[in-house]
Amino acid sequence: MDTFGLLAAGFAAALQWQNLIYAFIGVTLGTAVGVLPGIGPALTVALLLPVTYRLDPAGSLIMFAGIYYGGMYGGSTTSILLNTPGESASIVTALEGNKMARKGRGGPALATAAIGSFVAGLIATLAMAFVAPWLVRIAISFGPADYFALMVLAFVTVSAAFGDSALRGVTALFIGLGLGVIGIDLQTGQARLAFGIPDLLDGIEVTTLAVALFAIGETLVVAAARGGLDDDIVAVKGSIWMTMEDWKRSWPAWLRGTLIGFPIGAMPAGGAEIGTFFSYAAERRLTKHPEEFGHGAIEGVAGPEAANNASAAGTLMPLLTLGLPTTATAAIMLAGFQQFGLQPGPLLFTNNAQLVWALIASLLVANFMLLVLNLPLIGVWVRLLTVPKPWLYAGILLFATLGTLGANGAMSGNLFGLRFSFELMMLLGFGILGYVLRRFGYPIAPVVIGLILGPLSEQQLRRALAISQGDPMVLVHSPLAISLYVIAAAAVLVPLWFRLRGKGQVFSQLAADED
Amino acid sequence: MTTGSNPQRRPDGAAFVIALILAGIAVVIFWQTSIMRLPAHQARVGPQVFPYAIAGGLLLLAIGTAVSAWRGSFPARPRENYGPALWIVGGLLGQILLVSSLGFSLASGVLVACTAKAFGRGPMWFTFLCGAVFAFIVWFIFARGLQLSLPAGPLERLIP
Repeated sequence: MDTFGLLAAGFAAALQWQNLIYAFIGVTLGTAVGVLPGIGPALTVALLLPVTYRLDPAGSLIMFAGIYYGGMYGGSTTSILLNTPGESASIVTALEGNKMARKGRGGPALATAAIGSFVAGLIATLAMAFVAPWLVRIAISFGPADYFALMVLAFVTVSAAFGDSALRGVTALFIGLGLGVIGIDLQTGQARLAFGIPDLLDGIEVTTLAVALFAIGETLVVAAARGGLDDDIVAVKGSIWMTMEDWKRSWPAWLRGTLIGFPIGAMPAGGAEIGTFFSYAAERRLTKHPEEFGHGAIEGVAGPEAANNASAAGTLMPLLTLGLPTTATAAIMLAGFQQFGLQPGPLLFTNNAQLVWALIASLLVANFMLLVLNLPLIGVWVRLLTVPKPWLYAGILLFATLGTLGANGAMSGNLFGLRFSFELMMLLGFGILGYVLRRFGYPIAPVVIGLILGPLSEQQLRRALAISQGDPMVLVHSPLAISLYVIAAAAVLVPLWFRLRGKGQVFSQLAADED
Repeated sequence: MTTGSNPQRRPDGAAFVIALILAGIAVVIFWQTSIMRLPAHQARVGPQVFPYAIAGGLLLLAIGTAVSAWRGSFPARPRENYGPALWIVGGLLGQILLVSSLGFSLASGVLVACTAKAFGRGPMWFTFLCGAVFAFIVWFIFARGLQLSLPAGPLERLIP
């Protein structure tokens, strides 16, 4: 079947009424949670994973698609109405969007973000649907050595290339890799670094780590911050609709943002936020109203928001076709696949074609639902923003522990006769780790990606060396692997060169922090 | 912004501790991997290679961190208020230790009360009550509606 046929079959599955309901619940929950301040898309997906545990794989992944896109929309609402720095994907949106909201043009800012996200999501998801099969055909011929090179490239770009310190990025990555070793070695069945604790034999759950680092770490950071100023929320005044002028200025920005964002997200490299910075720079250069930039220029919201969503859809491409997560959100989605014993990669497209195409179709459905839902419901989302901090963080912690208990509620620990859940204790431990990492300026995403990609890369490495009977030259045998290593080296050396020349600020702004 | 060669920065003690911890983790990985018992016929690249590589990497990173600490090139940290953070850790510990005996709702009430306290909301009996009621509703939705297995206590057993 060609792509059109497969996509049509996917739509047939996605438009079944129970799948529509799953998608609806997904987008609603995703937006509601994503809108809460301090919760980025990665945490939204991780917190809501337990909701999908009891569904069948198709229903669960469809709901997941909704949660993912909903979380993205929710995040942009937060950054426009609430100037929340620290969440890297939305820094740029906050730049102009928050200024617009302060000038009483919050409605048009939200509208251009929502419609821009829709346009970008639509184009990028369709682009993915048409490029992915082609990529799968190439990926089928990849050997283990090529995969290993690909993963090395992902490691490098996620940890070293961006962010303000390669040292701290790589350290975060190695912490994740070290955690990934824990548990039974898949090839020999031997326990590694389990310290005789049975709970560790299965390895560390990606969701436990992600929820701990993002939710508990973040809560501790906010609680420990002195002053504890309440962020002021900008009320949405006036019409939420865009004027003709707004439309005229927005649509080229949406398209440019999509064009910039999608390829960046689709590359097997980290940092979906980079596209938003490029898009902002492009809009700033091309605008006819340069005086408005920095004071609420609508192009400055439309372009980056489109770029953000396009690259979010783009990151699904390496995830689905190569099994390569390049953002923390994608890493958690990979964990979501794995809970059903599905390993994303070229084989998924051939063995579970129905499922993959239903997922892609539901991404389009979710995207459409969000457009219809979001603009009328802006008032509801704004009210969610006003949840007072004590209740907000209490709720985040409550759901963090709920998800962990729901995934693994075994009360296997014992302290003075009190039975407790070992998984929850790990959640707390990693939460404190997350706090320390943030406090000392370490990025979080490389830890999560190291945990999930570490064991996969080890598997490919050992497979490659087993085929070559231990000859390490096999790793640089194919032209593809060599070029990937060259790109990886360039990804480290070029920023290093810039940093040494004192131009490091550009890269520290590109920190791939949150998702 | 970090500028590595700022002569006015003093060596960073806390960052040295991080370097030590990283080195400690590397040593533990080395040690645990070296005491692994391997089967006699062994693939050239066995289960020990990756852990050794990671431990080696961590050692190098520990050295790098120590150098970075010496040059004081870690980003400046604001002074922090540890009290609220400790309340949250305490609340989580309380919930973890109580959840198997008291059930999800009451134990989560403790967590909510401590978190609210950390953010300056009280009185604790009131926030505990709110938290327990909310957690009970959540428990009902997830345990009954979504069939998630969540620990039940005296409160949860009231509904059949």
